[in-house]
Amino acid sequence: MTDLLIKSADLVGRGRQDVLVRDGRVAEIGSIAKAGSATVVDADGLVLLPGLVDLHTHLREPGREDAETVHSGTRAAAKGGYTAVCAMANSYPVADTAGVVEQVAALGKAAGYADVQPVGAVSVGLEGRQLAEIGAMARSAAAVRMFSDDGHCVSDPILMRRALEYVKTFGGLIAQHAEEPRLTEGAQMNEGAVSAELGLPGWPAVAEEAIIARDVLLAEYTGARVHFCHVSTARSVDIIREAKARGANVTAEVCPHHLLLTDEAARTYDPVYKVNPPLRREADVAVLRGALAEGVIDAVATDHAPHAPQDKDCEWAAARPGMLGLETALSITVLALGGPAEADWDTIAERTSRTPARIAGLEAHGRDPKPGTEANFTLVDPAATWTVVPGELASLSRNTPYAGMELPVTVQATFLRGRATVLNGKIAEETTE
Amino acid sequence: MKHLLTTKELTRDEAELILDVTEQMAEAVTGREVPKLPALRGRTVVNLFFEDSTRTRTSFETAAKRLSADVVNFAAKTSSVNKGESLRDTALTLQAMGADAVVIRHPAAGAPQRLTEWIDGAVLNAGDGTHAHPTQALLDAYTMKQRLGAVEGRTVAIVGDILHSRVARSNVWLLSKLGANVRLVGPPTLLPKDIGDWPVEVEYDLDASLKDVDAIMMLRVQRERMHAAFFPTANEYARLYGLDERRLALLPDHAIVMHPGPMNRGMEIAATVADSPRATITEQVTNGVWVRMAVLYLLLTNGEAR
Repeated sequence: MTDLLIKSADLVGRGRQDVLVRDGRVAEIGSIAKAGSATVVDADGLVLLPGLVDLHTHLREPGREDAETVHSGTRAAAKGGYTAVCAMANSYPVADTAGVVEQVAALGKAAGYADVQPVGAVSVGLEGRQLAEIGAMARSAAAVRMFSDDGHCVSDPILMRRALEYVKTFGGLIAQHAEEPRLTEGAQMNEGAVSAELGLPGWPAVAEEAIIARDVLLAEYTGARVHFCHVSTARSVDIIREAKARGANVTAEVCPHHLLLTDEAARTYDPVYKVNPPLRREADVAVLRGALAEGVIDAVATDHAPHAPQDKDCEWAAARPGMLGLETALSITVLALGGPAEADWDTIAERTSRTPARIAGLEAHGRDPKPGTEANFTLVDPAATWTVVPGELASLSRNTPYAGMELPVTVQATFLRGRATVLNGKIAEETTE
Repeated sequence: MKHLLTTKELTRDEAELILDVTEQMAEAVTGREVPKLPALRGRTVVNLFFEDSTRTRTSFETAAKRLSADVVNFAAKTSSVNKGESLRDTALTLQAMGADAVVIRHPAAGAPQRLTEWIDGAVLNAGDGTHAHPTQALLDAYTMKQRLGAVEGRTVAIVGDILHSRVARSNVWLLSKLGANVRLVGPPTLLPKDIGDWPVEVEYDLDASLKDVDAIMMLRVQRERMHAAFFPTANEYARLYGLDERRLALLPDHAIVMHPGPMNRGMEIAATVADSPRATITEQVTNGVWVRMAVLYLLLTNGEAR
């Protein structure tokens, strides 16, 4: 592999530097005039971030390859600046055995666009009855650390307690989709003034908050780690803030769409805005933004959820929940944290890369470049804007809620172990290492 | 007006125009040997019903036929909710057949609005989930106008399962727009959350809500709701929120009793009350035909040939 020289990139907090990459690792940082036959990338005016890490991606393979594959989903990830994604377990078959998680990891390796870290199911078939073979998945080649029944809540308190205790054996964690199922039967959107008017059954905030409160207590009681997926309400933030103040071992993520969109979007009855947990009120958006800036919410996670056209071109109640996220997440995060002019790139790197890498235990990711670290970077143009055109996305699916919107910042290049998966804003077609 | 999806989107002028045309329709047809007008000759109206509702479908069919339209009944027993043909494919089929207007009844809120994205013809909402049922509200307003002289300034109590009622929602927007005082009465379990911004009063106690009303509208309550803990038993519901003869006596003498049908006699309304001369239930059915004639006429002619 040829060497790579990134010229005059803005290394967050360290000013403009040149970065020389050799054999997939950072060799030198400083003012580097030339480096033999190295490929030179002019990064003048660009910000160099540690490669983004997504804690929450639905790659749909195996089972729904018409909506997304590991290949197409990781291309979308690279385009969005990601070098690692955590693939959720709700595939068909469910990722509840060592065989399935190893298959997903192998597909990721073969595609070569981003490291794919499978998330294992907590319960067999995501059914919430019997623990999946968590130990086997942890010891498999996929080395699973994070377990989640995402899409379903581990609502049974005894199953949640046992799962939390069990993953302590290898320093694992449970990522909880917090949704008390009895409070959300038939729910279609946030319960509030808009649902009252639209006649769509409501998904009350308290269904999320009740589970988060319970799981904070269980985490403290068992001394285990819990991570809260896609936190969406102001009161959830309060509960997490209090838990952290007490020293509970909890972390939390927020999705870009919960940082920008509100339940007002449901007035269109266009299911592109249907997502679980649902879009909430303006007041929730404001609190989530503040909590992300402050660090009460640890990370941005996309909950990238591709869906085939027939699963969205229908009436609201019949549509599947979820929206695309990988290619727009960084832009929305920048918007939510004050806009491009005010962008604090250190905080952005913290919430989109360093912290999620730490939560997922991905040691080669989320590292600011220094000699010896793996060259997993993203080059971002902080001054550019782009318009979201669904047909131009790398995902196989088109269900983006941002169609037609002009968004700040573009990903100019993404490097995975020194190899460009995206260069000049275009996905590299050759990815073999 | 290209479509009629909700009463919320109607202006007061549009609503009053519909009620005026309703009156003209009633006058034009009543007493005729052949109760038919030629206004929509050669136009095709499709009744697209995803829920069984013989009453509403028959009312729309009668209205369209009295305007000389060709009527196609498209009974779609299934929808994409239960894995039949998708709503979009059904819409494309109707579009290809050249429907001038589609009257849609669907269990999913918002289905009529989705339909407008896929077909060129007028879409008339005949009830979508728990969202809206605009022609029901219009016929209710017309009935009040007939029996009470006006809607403006009248007090209307809507009683029962507001949460699951598209009739209640459509009446809230229409009646308040026409200047009525609207009062919603029911247990908190059957009222939507966060309706503080609605132009209504909310009351939990039915007895306390009766003495000043000009019209009381009793909503159908499904007995099965008690299994989801909305109320303990059908008997308790009837005792607390049913309109019986004792409560009828608490109403002002001129007050009318309305019900959108079909009724659960003995549940939300006592049989003797339903059959009393103060009940307008059969008039509401008659007026439904005039209102639907008026709406079809206005949507398909833009009111031009009037």
